[in-house]
Amino acid sequence: MRILINNGRLIDPANNIDEITSIAIEAGRIAAVGEITDNFVAEQTIDAAGQVVCPGLIDLGARLREPGDEQKADIHSESHAAAAAGITTLCQPPDTDPVTDTAAVAELVRKRARNAGFARVLPIGALTQGLKGEQLSELADLKRSGCNAVSNARQPIANPLVLRRAFEYAATHDLVVFLHPEDHWLANNGCAHEGPTATRLGLPGIPEAAETTEVARDLALIQQTGVRAHFCRISTAAAIEMIRRAQHDGLKVTADVAAHQLMLIDEHIGEFNSLYHLLPPLRSSSDRESLRKAVADGTLSAVCSDHQPHEADAKLAPFPATEPGISALETLLPLMLELGSRTGMQLSQIVQRLTAGPAATLGIERGRLEVGMPADITIFNPETRWQLTEERLVSRGHNTPYLGREMVGQINYTLLEGRLVFERHSG
Amino acid sequence: MSRENIQIDDNGKLCHFLTIEGLQRELLTEILDTAESFSGLTGQPVKKVPLLRGKTIVNLFFEPSTRTRTTFELAEKRLSADVLNINLAASATTKGETLLDTLRNLEAMHTDMFVIRHADSGAAHFFARHAAPGVSIINAGDGRHAHPTQAMLDMFTIRRHKGEFTGLKVAIVGDILHSRVARSQIHALNILGAEEVRVVAPDTLLPSGITELGATPYHDLSEGLEDVDVVIMLRLQRERMQGAMLPSEDEYFECFGLTEKRLSAAKQDAIVMHPGPINRGVEIDSTVADGPRSVILQQVSHGIAVRMAVMSMAMQQPDLERGAE
Repeated sequence: MRILINNGRLIDPANNIDEITSIAIEAGRIAAVGEITDNFVAEQTIDAAGQVVCPGLIDLGARLREPGDEQKADIHSESHAAAAAGITTLCQPPDTDPVTDTAAVAELVRKRARNAGFARVLPIGALTQGLKGEQLSELADLKRSGCNAVSNARQPIANPLVLRRAFEYAATHDLVVFLHPEDHWLANNGCAHEGPTATRLGLPGIPEAAETTEVARDLALIQQTGVRAHFCRISTAAAIEMIRRAQHDGLKVTADVAAHQLMLIDEHIGEFNSLYHLLPPLRSSSDRESLRKAVADGTLSAVCSDHQPHEADAKLAPFPATEPGISALETLLPLMLELGSRTGMQLSQIVQRLTAGPAATLGIERGRLEVGMPADITIFNPETRWQLTEERLVSRGHNTPYLGREMVGQINYTLLEGRLVFERHSG
Repeated sequence: MSRENIQIDDNGKLCHFLTIEGLQRELLTEILDTAESFSGLTGQPVKKVPLLRGKTIVNLFFEPSTRTRTTFELAEKRLSADVLNINLAASATTKGETLLDTLRNLEAMHTDMFVIRHADSGAAHFFARHAAPGVSIINAGDGRHAHPTQAMLDMFTIRRHKGEFTGLKVAIVGDILHSRVARSQIHALNILGAEEVRVVAPDTLLPSGITELGATPYHDLSEGLEDVDVVIMLRLQRERMQGAMLPSEDEYFECFGLTEKRLSAAKQDAIVMHPGPINRGVEIDSTVADGPRSVILQQVSHGIAVRMAVMSMAMQQPDLERGAE
């Protein structure tokens, strides 16, 4: 299929391109950018006037709930939602059921995603068997089955020696280790940021130190082992400072934040609104300020959705008894555009944090628009305003505090390897 | 970020009683005044009023409690309501029934009011948000969040002894971190106009951000008690000794136990309160607990009048005449 995208504002931060131009696609790959020769005869032409054309978004953290939690969502439904959100590649953490600690599970996830055909799903392999933090998984096998990264998700590795060995072994196989820094014991089954809001509501608090002590320990072992590491869902100003210093010192460390952590704070919990029950918890406004600055200066080089769809019952209980997480694929880009309008962050920077930034972390040849590369492309109108409603959500998870809110920025086309996987037909 | 107040209806009346936070001083005073009128019942040969005759109240306790449940039950019976006690600690919810299922099933039995105790903060709010219109929820203690009727009976006791709240200095001593009672007391005292609310505890038992809640933290009991009018001691759960929060009962008593000597730092006419049950020799010395300044047993009897007041107000039956004085 030969597709020509005309007149769009092409933003490709990896190649420092931000101009109105055309792009040609043939056989699933980018055939030309800029001047399109007369030899190229398009079977389909997309007029992208007034719209942004950028690399397909790459999401470093999205739970699709398959295998194991299909009552919440599945790969088909959520990869469809990803396509509607302009996301062409997404990473699923290994805390599935069964855990993604074998090639069989990783291949199952990839196969289901291929069959659905909406988005590329990269399973993150389990660092330890069953995520128990004791015995290493077969990391080489996981890598062969398509895992670019390995992680223990939110499960603790209590023994630092196990963590050291895991880092060394991952480094041996050139796998990036995704870390969710939270000290299990300091978090102490908390469900909200330790601070005035948690005190007022009597909610068990999670102190900042739950994140910072873990980051400190991990950084010491990263330095020792030389592993490539990526800190997921950073939430505190203090952790950002530590990561910034480590990057300055030359450690191979990257980090991300969930888009909603850049917008919300603990006070949003209000009177026990379980839609704001997240892990890591929503932090203070000064933490949010630091997170925003870190996204702007690149200390946080990726922003992800941290998509966690739930069935309605999961949020219908007293706050501490509800399941944490927001259904967040379809608000990823709109929230980032809102961040841009609030902070003055440039559109190209925003696109970078959603494309080239995460691609660099994963070490994959995506997130850029170059001739010969697979044509993963997102086309959106950054000005269109729309209302997020349950009917409009493609994800099966309707657990978002943004229902009923006006969003800015609408995805109109998503192409995965040159194939239209999403096209907005109206409204 | 505006906070909803679902316990107040469109006419500014109480429809649920979930927390003291956010309530107006006038409303708290109305509760105390109404309780005052009910307290006269105790001396009557027939201790009942027909205010809630024909109404069904379910005491839904997901956590064990003897004192609170008993005083609620007595208050309900004195209001002439039909009362059902359900202990769910070992019942439906352990068989997979959700809290909402439980609520809906009991509502289907035409319940008018639920008195709820639950181990999770926010449980009472959750029920109130999902209760059918006209059904009232009374919070009998949710997690670490609130125990508003306990706080109001404490305010009732303080007012009985001190008259006014203005100018009062109050010290709350003990496990503030885990205490729903302390949180409700801090709100109530601040709303009613107390001059100073102090909280006295080791850092392990003080939540962060307590100052924003309207209390001044102290680590030294003698300093914390200096010149106060009211001393409120809190119960210390024994399991705190095992969780690295405190090294031992002995050391806790040594540093934070209320003795006659320590109490001498307070004003001469200071009263001593405790929500009960007391751990003698851990939080408080027996000579103080049973001494002339202790009002601990009065608190218990005041609990009935205050709970009658809250429940009758939440049922909003202005046309019914109060039967006895």
